[in-house]
Amino acid sequence: ASAIKFEFMVPFETHLLPEGDGPKQEAYATRDELLQYYKEMMRVRRMETAAGDLYKTKFVRGFCHLYSGQEAVCVGMEAAINKQDSIITSYRAHGFTLMRGAAVEGVLSELTGRTTGVSLGKGGSMHMYANEFYGGNGIVGAQVPLGAGVAFAHNYRKTDQVCISMYGDGAANQGQVFESFNMAKLWNLPCIFLCENNKYGMGTSIERSSASIDYYKRGDYIPGLKINGMDVLAVREGIRWAKKYAGIDKRGPLVLEVETYRYGGHSMSDPGTSYRTRDEVKKMRETMDPINQTKERLLENNLATAEELKEIDKAIKAEVDDAVKKAKDAPEPDLEETYTHIIKGEQYPVRGCDPFTIVTPRVT
Amino acid sequence: AGGKVMTVRDALNSALDEEMKRDPLVYLLGEEVAQYQGAYKITKGLLDKYGPERVKDTPITEAGFSGLAVGSAFAGLRPICEFMTFNFAMQAIDQLINSAAKTYYMSGGQVTCPIVFRGPNGFAAGVAAQHSQDFSAWYVSCPGMKVLAPYSSDDCRGLLKAAIRDDNPVVFLEQELLYGDSFEVSDECLSEDYLIPIGKAKIEREGTDVTLVSYSRSVGLCLDAAAQLEQKGVSCEVVNLRSLRPMDTETLFNSVKKTNHLITVESCWPQCAIGSEICAQIMESDAFDYLDAPVLRVTGADVPTPYARNLEENSVPSTTNVIRCVESVLSRA
Repeated sequence: ASAIKFEFMVPFETHLLPEGDGPKQEAYATRDELLQYYKEMMRVRRMETAAGDLYKTKFVRGFCHLYSGQEAVCVGMEAAINKQDSIITSYRAHGFTLMRGAAVEGVLSELTGRTTGVSLGKGGSMHMYANEFYGGNGIVGAQVPLGAGVAFAHNYRKTDQVCISMYGDGAANQGQVFESFNMAKLWNLPCIFLCENNKYGMGTSIERSSASIDYYKRGDYIPGLKINGMDVLAVREGIRWAKKYAGIDKRGPLVLEVETYRYGGHSMSDPGTSYRTRDEVKKMRETMDPINQTKERLLENNLATAEELKEIDKAIKAEVDDAVKKAKDAPEPDLEETYTHIIKGEQYPVRGCDPFTIVTPRVT
Repeated sequence: AGGKVMTVRDALNSALDEEMKRDPLVYLLGEEVAQYQGAYKITKGLLDKYGPERVKDTPITEAGFSGLAVGSAFAGLRPICEFMTFNFAMQAIDQLINSAAKTYYMSGGQVTCPIVFRGPNGFAAGVAAQHSQDFSAWYVSCPGMKVLAPYSSDDCRGLLKAAIRDDNPVVFLEQELLYGDSFEVSDECLSEDYLIPIGKAKIEREGTDVTLVSYSRSVGLCLDAAAQLEQKGVSCEVVNLRSLRPMDTETLFNSVKKTNHLITVESCWPQCAIGSEICAQIMESDAFDYLDAPVLRVTGADVPTPYARNLEENSVPSTTNVIRCVESVLSRA
């Protein structure tokens, strides 16, 4: 199938790159590609809606940070890298877990704390993993040097792989982020630092937390790129370019800013309306929604019909509904699992909550 | 023993050297480990042998470089992360506890973290409160990692090599004041595959009247005290824990059942110290029934370490403290 050219509504912006360097301000995409991105974003959206419902009906405990609105980031990234490239992110991890190969059922079952969850019910919302996906990390900013370390391993093994080390606009001010920039540049690591700027760190707007909100310039001596994170093709093109820059051409680390927006609150306990207006959220949904944009591109260019998209929606709804049912019905982990996976290899007795409970776990 | 002696420094250095030779995934990073040859020369000669890709000088950014090391372990390398001292590791303790120790569990066994965090821990001489303290109890408290505290050259070789080959995060607590000390080493200890099993204590000296349990440099205090007490007709059994987590309570309890008296000796602060834990474990075991007197604890004084020589001496446990406790415990029997 032939590819169609799409101009970007919001151009890329660069920092410290030579004139003419950086991704092109346009993308080519085929019908199949656009349909795939549409389907993947819709799957994340529906899964997150289901997660929110499961939370409200008390099937999900604790913290639960939803990705609705930000789907173009995880989908565009996955379209640009290969399975050997690595990703690590903070606590808003459901979409990446799915895109890195987990099933909807695995994610939702993890949220409901069932043995069929991607982390066997032991991690929950913030601690999900998959092939070359290193979580799912709950300490804001601490995952950034971890990602630099994964990139260090790629460099050590002399591969062409990169690690995308992600953090939010809130974490962007953590000291460890700058420590990581320094080491990555010093050692020329294939690390793509990616600030997912959704405008609010919990309830604090970027203007109130950051002396500079040009997050793509905050690597100082590291080149940067600002990407419209509401456009899946822009994310794909930006990450494709970054992967070549850092992984294949070995030009060192990059600091990317992906500008995006979360529709919900910071977590399920935050209605998300005390620090921003309902109008703002409404406007973003109406004008920038990544799924709608992709849908319009498909329809306007006669690449798909409304009926076809409806069929896709229906299939995804069925998939998610089925996963919700399984996530509710699956058994909780055996109590024995309290004590497994503490350490690998030879096991030692583990004490429970009283001296009558001493368990030697099975070897995992 | 073939009568050979080796310093603790050389024991550590040779263990690092052999394990780097054995496994190309093992690499070393930390402040001043490469060109400077290590602040305490533990990594001397390794840069020349293994090159700058495997022996990496880091900037002074403990949180950053320990996080980077942990990430590289997630991705399959086997880093040895040197802290110039464990005092500075406090900058990075989040990465040790929240990233290194917990990820295997949180991921349901998907992500492993084979890493060694090592460096000097405990009292040093004349460097005051921020550079002289024993953090053993802090790390021992946390599930998901192993904590080793070697005393002799033999301990250092066998335990460091075992730590590097272990698939879990290991905190390896050395003692600066021991680095220059020489110990006899056996031919077996000098073998390239000499491994001391993690989680096993060593009875350094057999005795019948009282058990002195200790780790790291304090084992030396116990051995000195035991030698002096022998002159007075008191027979001390000295248990070197070697491994603080997992802890070999079986060896310890068996010793207590034999001697019926126990003194714990360490340099942690007294609250929630290793000795506190041992007391609790004794009370929860049948070894308690064998005690003829309450357990006494020798610890660091419950103060930030002072600078002046006499004040410092007054806050660091000594042989005198150990002997005083032994005499007290036996007279109470």
